[in-house]
This record gives sequence, C-alpha cells and structure tokens, in this order.
Amino acid sequence: MAEPSSSTEASGGGDGGGSGGRLRDALGGVLCAFALLLIGVLAFSIRLFSVIKYESVIHEFDPYFNYRVTQFLSKNGIYEFWNWFDDRTWYPLGRVIGGTVYPGLTLTAGTIWWLLNSLNIPLSVETVCVFTAPIFSANASWATYLLTKESKGPGAGLMAAAILAMVPSYISRSVAGSYDNEAVAIFALIFTFYLYVKTLNTGSLFYAALNALSYFYMVCSWGGYTFIINLIPMHVLLCIVTGRYSSRLYIAYAPLIVLGTLLAALVPVVGFNAVMTSEHFASFLVFIILHVVALVYYIKGLLTPRLFKVAVTFVVTVGLAVCFVVAAILVALVASSPTKGWSGRSLSLLDPTYASKYIPIIASVSEHQPPTWPSYFMDINVLAFLVPAGIISCFLPLSDASSFLVLYLVTSVYFSGVMVRLMLVLAPAACILSGIALSEAFNVLTRSMKFQRPTSDDGSSTAGSGSPDTPAHSMKYDSKTVVKSETVSKEKSSKKNRKDKESQGSSSDDPRMEEKLLVLPCGPSALGIMLLIILCGLYVVHCVWAAAEAYSAPSIVLTSRSHDGLHVFDDFREAYAWLSHNTDVDDKVASWWDYGYQTTAMANRTVIVDNNTWNNTHIATVGTAMSSPEKAAWEIFNSLDVKYVLVVFGGLIGYPSDDINKFLWMVRIGGGVFPHIKEADYLRDGNYRVDSHGTPTMLNCLMYKLCYYRFVETDGKGFDRVRGYEIGKKHFKLTHFEEVFTTHHWMVRIYKLKPQKNRVRGKLKLRPSSKTRSIRKSTGRKNPWQ
Amino acid sequence: MPPSRPTPIVLLLLFALTAVSSSPLPPEDGIRVVSAEKRIDLTGPIVKVFLTLKVENAPGASDASQVLLAFTPTEVEHLAILKATRAEGKRKKKAYVPLSVEASDLAATPNGARLYSVLLSTPLKPGEKTTIEVLYVLTHTLEPFPAEIGQSESQLVYFRDSAVLLSPYHCLEQVTYIKMPSNRIESFTRVDPTSRAGTELKYGIYSNQMPNTYLPILVHYENNRPFAVVEELARKVEISHWGNVQITEQYKLKHGGARHKGVFSRLEYQSRPSMSGMSSFKNLLARLPPRVHSVYYRDEIGNISSSHLRTDSHKSELEIEPRYPLFGGWHCTFTIGYGLPLQDFVFESDDGRRYINLTFGCPLLDTVVDDLTIKVVLPEGSKNPQPSVPFETEQHIEMSYSYLDVVGRTTVVLKKKNVVGEHNVPFQVHYEFNPIFMLAEPMMLISAVFLFFVACIAYLHMDLSIRKSL
Repeated sequence: MAEPSSSTEASGGGDGGGSGGRLRDALGGVLCAFALLLIGVLAFSIRLFSVIKYESVIHEFDPYFNYRVTQFLSKNGIYEFWNWFDDRTWYPLGRVIGGTVYPGLTLTAGTIWWLLNSLNIPLSVETVCVFTAPIFSANASWATYLLTKESKGPGAGLMAAAILAMVPSYISRSVAGSYDNEAVAIFALIFTFYLYVKTLNTGSLFYAALNALSYFYMVCSWGGYTFIINLIPMHVLLCIVTGRYSSRLYIAYAPLIVLGTLLAALVPVVGFNAVMTSEHFASFLVFIILHVVALVYYIKGLLTPRLFKVAVTFVVTVGLAVCFVVAAILVALVASSPTKGWSGRSLSLLDPTYASKYIPIIASVSEHQPPTWPSYFMDINVLAFLVPAGIISCFLPLSDASSFLVLYLVTSVYFSGVMVRLMLVLAPAACILSGIALSEAFNVLTRSMKFQRPTSDDGSSTAGSGSPDTPAHSMKYDSKTVVKSETVSKEKSSKKNRKDKESQGSSSDDPRMEEKLLVLPCGPSALGIMLLIILCGLYVVHCVWAAAEAYSAPSIVLTSRSHDGLHVFDDFREAYAWLSHNTDVDDKVASWWDYGYQTTAMANRTVIVDNNTWNNTHIATVGTAMSSPEKAAWEIFNSLDVKYVLVVFGGLIGYPSDDINKFLWMVRIGGGVFPHIKEADYLRDGNYRVDSHGTPTMLNCLMYKLCYYRFVETDGKGFDRVRGYEIGKKHFKLTHFEEVFTTHHWMVRIYKLKPQKNRVRGKLKLRPSSKTRSIRKSTGRKNPWQ
Repeated sequence: MPPSRPTPIVLLLLFALTAVSSSPLPPEDGIRVVSAEKRIDLTGPIVKVFLTLKVENAPGASDASQVLLAFTPTEVEHLAILKATRAEGKRKKKAYVPLSVEASDLAATPNGARLYSVLLSTPLKPGEKTTIEVLYVLTHTLEPFPAEIGQSESQLVYFRDSAVLLSPYHCLEQVTYIKMPSNRIESFTRVDPTSRAGTELKYGIYSNQMPNTYLPILVHYENNRPFAVVEELARKVEISHWGNVQITEQYKLKHGGARHKGVFSRLEYQSRPSMSGMSSFKNLLARLPPRVHSVYYRDEIGNISSSHLRTDSHKSELEIEPRYPLFGGWHCTFTIGYGLPLQDFVFESDDGRRYINLTFGCPLLDTVVDDLTIKVVLPEGSKNPQPSVPFETEQHIEMSYSYLDVVGRTTVVLKKKNVVGEHNVPFQVHYEFNPIFMLAEPMMLISAVFLFFVACIAYLHMDLSIRKSL
C-alpha cells in the first residue's frame, strides 16, 4: 500500500517540479504526509488478518491478563487499579496487581476506551484491547519515519516506515488481538530514540523534556526499558570516546537521566529499582563521566593549554585514587548480593546459559530460547541482507544520529541472539538501517541514470514503469540536491530551531560536484533498480504471507483444513465457558501455569499459579502434584483447597503443545524445589515416554492418569497422535479424582477432587507424609498472608 | 415407582376441596357446563391444555356476559398465557372469534382458587348454548423426580392435576385426556373410569360433577424433551432510519430438568448417543425473520463457531449449539445479533407517525422465558413513543446513548415474565420522527473535521514564539 502512495507522490512531484521550488516543497510535504498516512493504514490493516480469518478476540496467554486488568480498570477506575489486590490468582497468596504490572498498556487502552465512551461511542473494552496493537504499530511506523528522518532524511524515513509497517517480527507481536506490552512498547522505544536523536541534533531542552516523558511512557509499558537506559549511555560514552562531546550531547543526556529516573521511580513496579538495580547502574556512571567531561571541556576553555595540562595531571592522580575507592566499595556492595544485583532475566541476557542452569522456569518459556537461523529469515527476511549496507551508509558520513543507529543495531543483534523474544527489539533497527540502505541505493542508482541522460526522458520513464518506488526517490534526490539548503532552512524557520541547521548541514554537505563522481553506467543502474524492486516485492510478499498465515492464529481457537472443509477446535473456550457457568464462583482450579491467565480471565475462577511466574515454590508445588501419584497429588491439591484440576491433552486430535509435552518442565521445576521428585525416575533413555517403555513412575503420575483416563476406549488401542505411539498403561481407574467435563475434541479435561473419605472406625489416619509436610512448610514460609 | 412423598398433600388437598365444595356457592348467573373436554399435552417441557367447554345458560336466568374459569393457586403462578375463542356459526361457516380474558376477583372461591372471566362478545341469552375453546399454557409445573440423575439415566417427571375440571359451574359431562411423549409411564393415579391407550391417558367420562370439585391425580412419566429455560432474555431493537434494524438478544440459558449428578464422560456421550445424556440437549433452533443479515452468535469470550443459518423467502432458521451440551442444571450464556432491512419492519401510518412492527417473545423454539425485556431504541429525535402489545406488559421509557448521541435515544422498555411460544405475536411501537435528525450526526462530524482543519490553518499561520525568529 505504500507503493501506490509513492507513485502518486512521484507524479505529484513531477507536476510540482515545473512551478518553482516553494510549491514543490509544499507539495512534497503534503505528499509525504499522505504517504505516511497510507503507511499507517498499511500498518493497521496488515494486522487485521487475525480478525478477518478468525475473529475479534484476545490472543494467547498474557494478553488475557492484560485484558482482565483493563476490564478492571475501566470498571473501577484508576485508584482502585493501583490498589488492586487480586485474590483470584496464586491462591492462597494472591497478587498485588497494581504494584506488579507494567501499567502503560492498560492505561493506554483504558484511556482510549474512556475517551470513546465519553463521546458516546459504545465500543466494548474487548474491542479497544483487540485494536490497540494495530493502532500503535501505525504510530510506531510514524515514529520510525521521524527517527530515520533525523539521521538520513525523509526519503530514508519513508522507506524505513514502510518496511517497519510490515516487518514480520513486529507483526508477530502486534496483530489485532495480541494485546501485549510489546504492542505499545515498541512505539515508545522508537519514539524515545527519536526524541533522543532529535535532542542530540537540535540541543533543545524542550525535546529533552519530551524525551524524558517518552521514556516514562516506555518504563510504564515494558520491562524492556532497561534496553533504552543502557543503550543511550553507551551511545553517550561512544560519543565522548570518539571526541564528539558537545553541549547538545549534554542536553540530550543529563535531563533524560534526572527526569527519567525520577519519573521511572513513580511507576510502582519499578519504584526504587530505578536507582538500586545494576541494570540502571551504567546510566549513572555515564552521567558522572559526562559531567566530568563537561567540566573538563569547561575548564579547558577557561585555562591556557599549559595550565590545563598541569590541572589534568593533578586531577587525574587524585581522581583516580578516589575512583578506585568508590569503585571498590560499589563492587563489594554489588557482589554481596547473590545475583550481583541483576534480575534473572537480565542475567540470562548477559550469560545465555544462566537460565537453563539455574532458573528452569525462565528456560521453560519457549520465547526465552535462543533463536535459530531460520527464525531470523522468517522474522526479518531480506532485511538481514540489507542491514550491512545500511551500516555502511551510516558511516558515510558518520553523524551522532547515524552512529546511534549503528549502535542500536549492534546491541539488538546481540540480544536477539540470546532470546527469540528480543527479535522484536532488533526489528526496528533492522528496518531503519534497511530503509537507509534501500533509500541510498535508489538514490545512487536513479541519480546516475539522471546524470547519464541529461534529458532524463528515457531514464525516468523506464524507472517509472519499472516500479513506483524509484521515482519517489528520484524526487527525493531532486529536493535533496537542488533545493536542499532551502528545504533545510524552511524546516528550521518553521520549527524555530536555528541550531540544527548546522548539524543537518554537516551531514549533507555534499554538493553536486561530489555526486557526479558517484555516477554509474545506465544499464547496470537500471538493472540494480529492477533487482532492488524485486527484492522489495519479495519482502512484501513474505510479510503478507507471514501476517496472514504464520502469525494470525489466536491460539485459543485452532483450525485445521482437511479435504472436507474447515475444522474448528474451540475446546479451550468450551472448557472455560463450562467452568465459568457450571462451577461455584469461589472454586479453585489447578492447572499448569500456562493456563492461569486464561482461566482467570475467561472462566473467572481462582487459580493456583498463572503466567506471572513470580513464586517458583508455588509453581513447583503444582508441578510436584502433577508428577506425583494420585493419592499424594490429591493431598497436595486438597491442602491448596483445589476443587478442580484442568489438564490439556492433545493426544486425540494431535495438538502438540499439550501438558504431556510440557511435563518435563513440571518435573524439573517441581524437582528443583522438592527433591523427592527425581527427573531420572521419569526418563527412559533420556526421554519422557508414555508408551510401554515408560517408567512406572511416569505411568502412575497424576498427569498421565488425568490425560489418558479412558482414552483407550476411544479407538480400542490408545494411540496417541502427538507422540505417535500407543500409550503404556491403558486400563486404569481413578480413585481420588472424577471426570466432570471433557471438551468435544478432548483437548481440555477437567476433573474434580473426590471428597475426603469418611474415617473408618478403628483405622487411624496416617500421619501426613514427609512430602506434604515439606510442602506445607515451604508454602507457609513463602506466604506472608497466612 | 409409586410416588410416596406427595400423597399426603394430595389427600389433604382432596379433602379440603371436597369439604369446601360441599358448602353452597352463591349461584352464578345460571350457567352450567354441558360438556367439557380437557386435553393436556405433556409432550414438551411445558404443559399445554386445550379446553373445550360447551356452556348453557339456564332458561330462567338473565343474560350472561361472561364465563368463569377456575385455576388453582399453583396453576395461576405458572400460567403463562390464557386464550379463549368462541365458536360461532353453524357447521359450514364455523368461525372462531377470539375473546378477551381477564382476571376476575370474585371473592367466593374456595382454597384460594382464582377465577378468570372470559368476556363474551355477545351475551348468552337464557337457554342458549355456546362453545368456548380455551388454551392455556403452564410452565415449570413438571417436577423432575428423581431430582438428580446420572448421565445414562432418562428423565422422569411428575405431573399433577385434577381428574375433573375445576370449575365454578355445575358440570354435566367431562372428560380429560393426557398425552405423553413416550410409552414409559411409571405410575398414574386411578380415578375410575381411567384408561390408558399407548401414550395417552383418559380420565372420565365423569358426569354430574358439583362446582369446585377437585380430584388430584399424579402422573409419573418419562420426558426427555429438552427443558430449555431462558432465565433472562434481553432483546434490544435499534432502529436506524438509514436502513437497518439491529437486534441484539442476550440469553441466559439453563437446562431446567433433572439436575445432572456425578461424572460427565465425553466418551459415553460420544460413543453411545442414544444411551447417554438423553435428557440433555446440544442445539436449539431460532426462527428469525426473512432477509436477515449479519447474524452473529457469540458469548462474552468470543464467537461460537457451531451455528448454521438457513434462509428462504419466508423465514430464516438459525441453528445454534451452545459451547457444550447442556445437562440438567447446567447454564450457559450467549448473544445472538442480526440486522433486518428497515422497510420490512418500520412503516408510516396514515397520520404521519411511524411504527415498528415486531414479533414479541423469544425466537428460540420450544423454550420458556422466565424474564423477558424488550428494549426498542428509537432513533435520536423521536418523540411520543406508544407501544401497543396485545397482552399485559410492564412498560417504561428511558434514554440510551449510542454512537455520538447528544440528546439521547428514546427507548421503550417492555418487560414480561413467563413467556412461551404462544407469545410470539406482532406488537407495534408508534413514534414521531423527523427525518432531519438523520443528518445531525453527519453534520456534527463534518463540522468537527472542518474545525480541526481551521485550527490547523490558524496554528500554521500564527507565530507563537516569544522571541522573534531571526
């Protein structure tokens, strides 16, 4: 959709070319705005595949929690929200939602909802939540335009915005219905970077203050704000080291740290972490360094060079001594804490093997795994090849802004290599640099075609017929070379910022003379343009395919296509609806933590553990229960006041991500806290097998029994379609649980704990086994409310 | 299984009634029932009674303008609808004239029995005979026994009534037929002469019954028909004069039969459908008007994919399946919404007023609605709404606000309890509407956009800086 926009832009540019620079400039502005509008529409509408192919529904797991929080916010108001203690989850501990949630997304959607409703537009909270992510991806592509424009001009900006609007990596997190923090956070991230670069270019305190606010929004939205608060100091440090210190750098950085840290501390979930954890330490260190450097520059201006040298030697000797002492104290302080002041997720970023060694719960989440090479190709596609070209073009010439982009790219490549989820942070960087690369390439190629044929009829017509993309950039080239200085001055006078004229001017001080040297022969440049257009076309095709096929499934409703039409597997909602309507309001439902958020949001029942995995012991308790034999499991669940147990079973229809496949994590996490669960007992030849080779412990554990209860009677053999073999233990009875509901395709099975048996006369009740006692003890220890 | 529990109550009632009926009643205006035939239809979850009364005014009495019908207090409580017609004319030109029925508060009724009077269109002259056909429907009168059943058991219910017609009049000849859904009748009270033929029970012929005679009977039989009870139904009708009538119906459905007990095994349910869950139901049929469009069926957690819509030129049928089969005592909620073309439902009357003509009641077939609310949201700017419903409803008017409303939309709210299929009759809401109001919202939007651009222009042409730019 961006392409037609550019073609209109090109024709418009041609018209305007006749009648003076001023009109053409105005037309260019209008067309640029129009192109941006269409890019926004593209970004929004490419994310609607999920609504069209499936329905307008919240997706997956975490979005259900956010949706529930938004519902609460819209119903009870902001003050109730801050004080919300949620007693429907982590039973019996509960969770303080207001203090443990990043409120940015919720507040954003809540505000949109409130605004619409005060205009008497009766959209439901759900609808607003579903469409928040597409709206914010349109915003993100506009922010990308601004950021790229700051460093490489509007042409690159438009290109980058169009690329970002449909980059699959970002689509995967922001399709309609994917109501997650990242949806708004990526916008906030790019916008914060834009404002930082803008401040760096202009030296305006106004933008610095805006930058702090934007950073505040980012802190509200996502834990990934630590990326900003480390990346910007790194860039500042880079600038200082490369001798690019200026007052603009100071203005860009110092207010951000002071205001930003103060504002960040206002967010309950961050609070004093903003000054106390190691993630923020680098920013303060650089803050100090920046001041030292500023002082040095100031003194350098005051003193004569000779005196300055003396002062330097003096200060360095004293300063170093002091620094060592301070550093030693700091190191000692930090080292005294077991995790060195870093949170588990951050540590696993620095040391990719950390999580799998120490925190199975982080390792158990698939999006915390390192990505594979195909996933790079899937998620950023041709951008992976264009990025190096973008880096090169950032170095010609290197400005503060372009060095920032390069630094952003390099760090995000590292992070995306550690965790597949952080591919999302890489995507904007890759888009910006590819946009720059493409824009520069088109620039060079079209320019050489134009200079080859001074009449330019031939060249422009082939280019025009070849693709709409090229003329856009030839137009840009016109404005850039011929009216560049005028454009710049116009922009500046309208924005009343004189200062960035010099910075912009420095980045674009290439007159026509230099450009003539870069002329390529006509044939190869036409070929190059064609190839680039084909590349862009491939990218667009891939993005649309990814948006339509790969990333639009809501995962709560599954479909499969067979020769006799479309099959819909709506078992999850069937089970949740059953729970919600046919059980008592205060009943507790135990399931593996994956389904916690959905159970609370869709079934409105109290759960034991959920996807906010804050209490490892509690999760381990559930894991232990699932991997224990029936009686022991019943005792654990009964001690937790559980009435229903929910398991997800894919063996009948072949749904692979079911509880048997997640079972290894239950054993691992359970065994990590309760040592009587030994992983080796469940393993046969290093595999979790549930066929006749399975270990007796495995075939007697609760999870196996609940999944396969009476399964053999469906086909007489008990053939599990996920594992691809017949199950090991076929006929068995449940003694402590009874089946109360199984969904249509058997994907969700709900069991009820049988009531406690009457005491038989003369038979003493056995003392609770050491196992349950240890659990009691540990939960009691962890539970401040009991 | 012989019923043990209700017997004392029945006996007591019998005793009390006979005791009272022996006391002399103030003579009604000479009417007596020559012959009465009562046909009770027990095949569904509701009780339908067709009553044919041949009444005669005594030669010596004055003109009778009404005929009284008597109901026990329990029946009155569960009475959903009561309709009467009078057969007029001779064989060939026989026509049924609907008669109006109203609750009568004549004091002299024994044991709290309530009287309803059927108002005759032309008074019955002394010595004249006429035939009155009465239809009434009772809901929630079938009591499941046992009250809790397992998955494989079938549902048995009790039905209680009187063998003879409860009537304030002297009854010369009377017979009662009870029709069952199946052959399986566990037990029934015998009041001779009583006979059973297949699925039908016949009580009578009884002759010369005194007024207010009540002979309780109890029938215990199998009824596996879906006991679909809509506990609450809120229908919202939104009229847009741009061409659409949007209807949204929110259902709270319950299986009102014997409660499900113990396990629910999907395996049993799927592999032996005839043996398991006989009283449960998994689909319902809604009959919608023809030319219905944009139909949706969802609940609070999203779309429900199991529904089918069949349309033809006379009607549309929407077959819906709740997310899970409903067993006794299970609940579910869902919403059905659809749009209808405006010209099929909104008309202009001769005096320039407009009216919407809709069907009352619930579009789901074979259901009982405990609590029905119909909200007719008239377009913004409508005045003087006047609903006209052929039976008694609770009515009030409120304001509702929707897309960009400023003054709000007048909303007519109609409420009725205990609604059955017989209530699906047309009703109208008359209102005044000036088409100029249709343009209000577009104009508002246009002016908003216009003002926005004016503001933009003004901003671009103003220099808001403190310092003059150099």
